[in-house]
Amino acid sequence: MANPILASYVVPVHPHPLLVPDQNEGWQRLRDAFDEAREYIAESGADLLIIYSTTWPSIIGHQIQADPNPTWTLVDQDFHELGSMDYSFRIDADFAHAWNEANHARGLQSRTVAYHGFPIDVGSVVALKLLNPDNAIPAVIVSSNVYANRAETTVLAKACLDVLKSSGKKAVAVTAMSMSNRMFTEFIDASDDKIHSLKDDEWNRKVLEFLEEGRLEDVAQLSRTIHQQIRVQKVVTFKPMWWLSAMNDNRNDLTGRVLAYEALHGAGGAVVHLDPTSNGQGDKEYDEDDVDVYHGERNVLDADGSEMEQSPPSSENGPALWNPAEGEDAVNTDAAPKPVGLYPHARRVGDLLYLSGVGPRQPGTNAIPGGPIRDGEGEPLEYDIKAQTRAVVENISRILEEAGSSMEKVVDVTSFLVDMDRDFVGYNEVWAETLGHYGPTRTTLAIRALPTPIAVEMKVIAKI
Amino acid sequence: MAKGSIVAGCLAPHPPHLVYAENPPQNEPTSEGGWEQLRWGYERLRESLSKIDHDVLVILSPHWQTYVGTHFLGLSNFEGLSVDPVFPNLFRYSYNLDVDVELSKAIHDKAADAGLAVKMMENPDFRVDYGTITTGHMVNPAFDKPLVVISSNRSRHYYSVEVMQEMMMELGRVTRDAIHESGKKAVVLASNSLSHRHFTTESDVPEDMSKEHIASHAMHLWDMRIIDYMRTGQAQRIIDEMPEFTEQAIAESDGGGLTWLLSTLSVPSYPATLHGYGTIIGTGNAIVEWPCYLHEEV
Repeated sequence: MANPILASYVVPVHPHPLLVPDQNEGWQRLRDAFDEAREYIAESGADLLIIYSTTWPSIIGHQIQADPNPTWTLVDQDFHELGSMDYSFRIDADFAHAWNEANHARGLQSRTVAYHGFPIDVGSVVALKLLNPDNAIPAVIVSSNVYANRAETTVLAKACLDVLKSSGKKAVAVTAMSMSNRMFTEFIDASDDKIHSLKDDEWNRKVLEFLEEGRLEDVAQLSRTIHQQIRVQKVVTFKPMWWLSAMNDNRNDLTGRVLAYEALHGAGGAVVHLDPTSNGQGDKEYDEDDVDVYHGERNVLDADGSEMEQSPPSSENGPALWNPAEGEDAVNTDAAPKPVGLYPHARRVGDLLYLSGVGPRQPGTNAIPGGPIRDGEGEPLEYDIKAQTRAVVENISRILEEAGSSMEKVVDVTSFLVDMDRDFVGYNEVWAETLGHYGPTRTTLAIRALPTPIAVEMKVIAKI
Repeated sequence: MAKGSIVAGCLAPHPPHLVYAENPPQNEPTSEGGWEQLRWGYERLRESLSKIDHDVLVILSPHWQTYVGTHFLGLSNFEGLSVDPVFPNLFRYSYNLDVDVELSKAIHDKAADAGLAVKMMENPDFRVDYGTITTGHMVNPAFDKPLVVISSNRSRHYYSVEVMQEMMMELGRVTRDAIHESGKKAVVLASNSLSHRHFTTESDVPEDMSKEHIASHAMHLWDMRIIDYMRTGQAQRIIDEMPEFTEQAIAESDGGGLTWLLSTLSVPSYPATLHGYGTIIGTGNAIVEWPCYLHEEV
């Protein structure tokens, strides 16, 4: 499917164009540019307006606004004398939740927020009030995580694209951000406003020149340099361009137009339009990883990652046993048998829980209820399929409990039998007494062997 | 009019987890407790302050962040709902607090005379930051004494720790002078943590104390070094080492509160009382009191 982003915008975060555009000609030009962008967005056919705001910092991953109708009055912490900003927005909560789940599926930490009185940040309020004043298009807002690096920010965008593509929605992407963000640290008359320094102004103009040429990925790759040159450390690094470029498939051949560039108490404020029409150029030096899945913290500060390298303990019943693999969303429990490889007992993905294949072996002893199906020499043994099946179900129950789920929440089961002709009836009886009682879908397959001398294994998907 | 005085100075950090763990009626979320070491520390601080006559609490909070000057709450009362933008699951607090506008204006005016950029905040729709509310609640949950609330100017980010310290030392001096001239007895509070490297994930049960510890050994060493200076009356060494501490421990002293506090106390050479130390999502937090009334003319 083609990229679902119809247009992208860079807009400033300060409240002046919203509250007092008449006090400075430059602020009025920014307001006019907002108005032009508003008209374009209204006619774009977009189903959704997506705001990435640098004035909403977060710590525990990214946060996504999911209150369908956040309503409040915002007063800027610095420019409170300019007035109050009443807002009442229309948020696509379903999209917010789906984005959150898509983040988790790509390994990102994130959460939705939906609380009365949650303080929506000034950048988002200014953007939504000026770009979408009648709430004609539902919006979604995402925070800027202060600890996020390029990989996380890129994956955040890709997860967003996942949801857009699966939902069939078209969207306009907006980054609420300053260019150079150094303000005057003293009070100035509105008429005296200008970019804080010539150096900041020159850098801003170079960045805007790139954007006007549609070279969004080039700007993204210069993010760290831009940050070092013209950014005061507020939200670390110039990261919104990482997100916006990834939302546009990291292209350098967009069609760009700078609608306005002015000073806002010394900071650089620009309204920039980018649309996906190719300008025919697009050379780029792509020298960073194109990250699809975030693999978690780099454990720079922690030194406990060595457990993974330990030799697995031995087992008398088949292959060596391993400690379950740890991970951000992994679920492991001592109440279930140790795995036969480096994988967790289960993994959370959004509201779903995926269990690794579960057999009948007993935690701790590794004994097989009903007996193993063969001895150490590989000779067949008599065994009780019902006892094995019950043990499987009990192990499943323990893992579900550890994850905060339960048998009632099992959605789908895939069962593997090594001898369908011999064992199906007994397995099916136990199923009807246990899992079948809760009504999950089921598929039963005959397979040649399992890693340990067992006759049955089940793969489970459950809700949490 | 009798000369006013600073009767106590306190380091009183503001992580909203502490309010969440207390389950006060003002806060909507409920918990099973947690962070007891720090909450017991605040109990000891409250007990200590209850024995000291004081009229007003003066707070500098790193979560009212201003980039253009230092601001002061300038209306007599603020009431509303504070929702922590980072931990909204823990902190949704209905507040109602009074401001000593007279003293606020006095500090403001003296700061302006000293050349600092300052502004009174007089917009009635303004929402008071959660750092101020958390520190205010943990020190005086009844909110029955008026506050002076001072914003955190981010000069450390615009310039350097040295410039921040220069400005905060000056702000501390004028704060002290204004309190003396007011005839009031004041407790001054810096609402900041020490080392400030957070975990980037949160436990399913936020108050699960089996998951709580300092973010790294280096952070612990810095916290203990600074606390040792406090307990042994070596505040000047804190000022001297502030650039390294702020950078290496990613310390919340970057907001200027600790420097301002020590300046209001004339950089004390007498020992402070450590009421408690603990970590909150990996950050280091100390509750410390300088008992000025024992050492200064009151």
